[in-house]
Amino acid sequence: MGKMSGARAILECLKLEGVEIIFGLPGGVLLPLYDAIYDSDIRHILVRHEQAAAHAADGYARATGRVGVCLATSGPGATNLVTGIATAYMDSVPLVAMTGQVPTSLIGKDAFQEADITGITMPVTKHSYLVRDAKDIPRVFREAFYIARTGRPGPVLIDLPKDVTVNELDFKYPEISLPGYNPNLKVHGLQIKRAAQALMEAERPVIYVGGGVKYSDGHRELLELAEKIKAPVTTTLMGIGCFPEDHPLSLGMLGMHGTKYANYAIQEADLILGVGARFDDRVTGKIASFAPQARIVHVDVDPAEIGKNVRVDIPVVGDAKSALAELAKAVEPKAWSPWNDKVAGWKSDHPLDYAKGGDTIRPQVVLETICRLCPDAVIVTEVGQNQMWAAQFFTHKDPKHFISSGGLGTMGYGFPAAIGAKLGCPEKEVFDIAGDGSFQMNIQELATAVINEVAVKVIVLNNGVLGMVRQWQDLFYEKRFSGTTLTRIPDFVKVAEAYGALGLRATKPSELEGVLAEAIASDGPTVVDIIISPDEKVSPMVPAGASLSEIMELVGSSSDEEASPMVSLGASKSEIFELEG
Amino acid sequence: MKHTIALIVENRPGVLVRIAGLFSRRSFNIDSLTVGATDKPDYSRMTITVEGDEEVLEQVTKQLNKLINVIRVSELAPEESVERELAIIKVAAKKEDRSEIMQIVSVFRAKIIDVSPRSIIVEVTGSEDKVEAMVRLLRQFGIKEMARTGKVSMVRGSRAVGP
Repeated sequence: MGKMSGARAILECLKLEGVEIIFGLPGGVLLPLYDAIYDSDIRHILVRHEQAAAHAADGYARATGRVGVCLATSGPGATNLVTGIATAYMDSVPLVAMTGQVPTSLIGKDAFQEADITGITMPVTKHSYLVRDAKDIPRVFREAFYIARTGRPGPVLIDLPKDVTVNELDFKYPEISLPGYNPNLKVHGLQIKRAAQALMEAERPVIYVGGGVKYSDGHRELLELAEKIKAPVTTTLMGIGCFPEDHPLSLGMLGMHGTKYANYAIQEADLILGVGARFDDRVTGKIASFAPQARIVHVDVDPAEIGKNVRVDIPVVGDAKSALAELAKAVEPKAWSPWNDKVAGWKSDHPLDYAKGGDTIRPQVVLETICRLCPDAVIVTEVGQNQMWAAQFFTHKDPKHFISSGGLGTMGYGFPAAIGAKLGCPEKEVFDIAGDGSFQMNIQELATAVINEVAVKVIVLNNGVLGMVRQWQDLFYEKRFSGTTLTRIPDFVKVAEAYGALGLRATKPSELEGVLAEAIASDGPTVVDIIISPDEKVSPMVPAGASLSEIMELVGSSSDEEASPMVSLGASKSEIFELEG
Repeated sequence: MKHTIALIVENRPGVLVRIAGLFSRRSFNIDSLTVGATDKPDYSRMTITVEGDEEVLEQVTKQLNKLINVIRVSELAPEESVERELAIIKVAAKKEDRSEIMQIVSVFRAKIIDVSPRSIIVEVTGSEDKVEAMVRLLRQFGIKEMARTGKVSMVRGSRAVGP
């Protein structure tokens, strides 16, 4: 291909990797690269804050299954990406983050806008590169994309000093040679046999799936296996949508704000098949009393996850999709059992519930209405109560249609991620289920959405408070609402209009459906301000550090009639403080 | 319990930071860490001693294997491997102590590599225990300075942990 500048070589690499869109914001050291972008076919979306570039690339990746790409300048531009990179790392999202860097001759001299971004991001990247020579660009990009999307996916950072983007190189896209990187995808036949046998012997099996099933595209194989052996299926927050929630075998989500029946099933199970999930603390509750009667089979592409948090009886290292396919082949069909009846009984006795009626709009009804009007929508969430209601009260059926910051729990993620998701899937309806706290963290991206005509619908469940933290203060801190009252919320309708977006508002239950229908009918970015009560709670709830068996119902508890949950738990306050961690 | 791990890593900038960072981030305790060349210039060898039970060792090994620049990770069981450490020790050596110091040096098959009017530098090679024993004996004369390499280790027989 002959000689070209580093900047042109970078764009050539992106093209060869099939990149169609990048999210970024320029700066001094990126001038040569942005000059090359000016002539390129790759679509560049100019964000208003670099954090949003990382989240948008992340949302794009989760919605499309492709590698998301973001770009920021050296120093503050690069450090503004860090939250987005860490968010992607915790949730195993394939991302390539490019950062500008001061010229190689100035590195280490505390130059203007210099930051050691490879050093800063080392704990939150799957791998990173500081390119010191233009001729390394093709190899580095090839490796970065390969590492980001294979095995357990994750973010890879490429730091690009200015002179490296100016200097010339002979462009040749090399073969990959990474002797230290061999993602183990093929499952071990003997382990599959042992796992299948355990499934056949089990009388009370539960399949527990996480994001790994989503990323490996294994939801069909999961359905086949579950139906063949009539095993109930519960998902983590990251696994939502991998199993259709209207299916008789679905238990919905488990864990801290999971369904009672999912948590009861886990605690009563004699076998748990965990697939592409990592038994984290929000899922297991108190680890010592998690699934006390169960043998555990754990399938994961990352061997380090197996045995990290729980003892595992049968480890299966490999890709979730192929493991599920092999398991489905290896098992014999089973009939509907007394266990299935028991689980079905829990499902009908303890459904997800909320207080109905009253003059204020119920957030749960908002989600149910969106689900009724737009069942195939992509639901992106912020973090907090909005996220949990979105997980609970929308009936999820498609693995790529629920996008949420699970591991890091990043407020401000949802709106830019929704922009990325909508740009990746323009034919789909995309909602950002937001709170008034989270939405204000990246509200400036209204400009990005309007200018690029990204028709995202932001549903602000506006309670005027930082609701999830307030819920804990209500339950465990004697209603001392320290730092959780936002006092003066901007008029979101006016804010939307100021940016050129459509702003709508619903304050009464009777207005809700009409306003939502209007938002859905709108073909541009729309903000819907929905006023809800600050006393609405996410229910049920397992207090941090308690056993899943101690799940408690909070419906109606805002009215002070219920005894303190701590008393009903039999846990002392100091124990709860200690376990909150 | 102490475990010795041999690592073959790519010889690139930043690799040591990645490994050290992994240990601190995941709260693994490093007792000692040595790095040196292998017979292939693209690769280095590290010997790391970690403190912890079998579960810790398993996590350390798996997490190290995830690093792209780490080529091989191998636990070296003490009964199946040879290990050596080198120390150089500057000992205060008054006239009346010199002969005793030299006797100790000879018993340990150590070497004197520098002599000055008030001090001697001793070089000792051997297992960690041997080096420890030597240090203990020399302490009575006054150790002015000491530099230890940390342990290097290799499996016995023909099995090789190479790049």
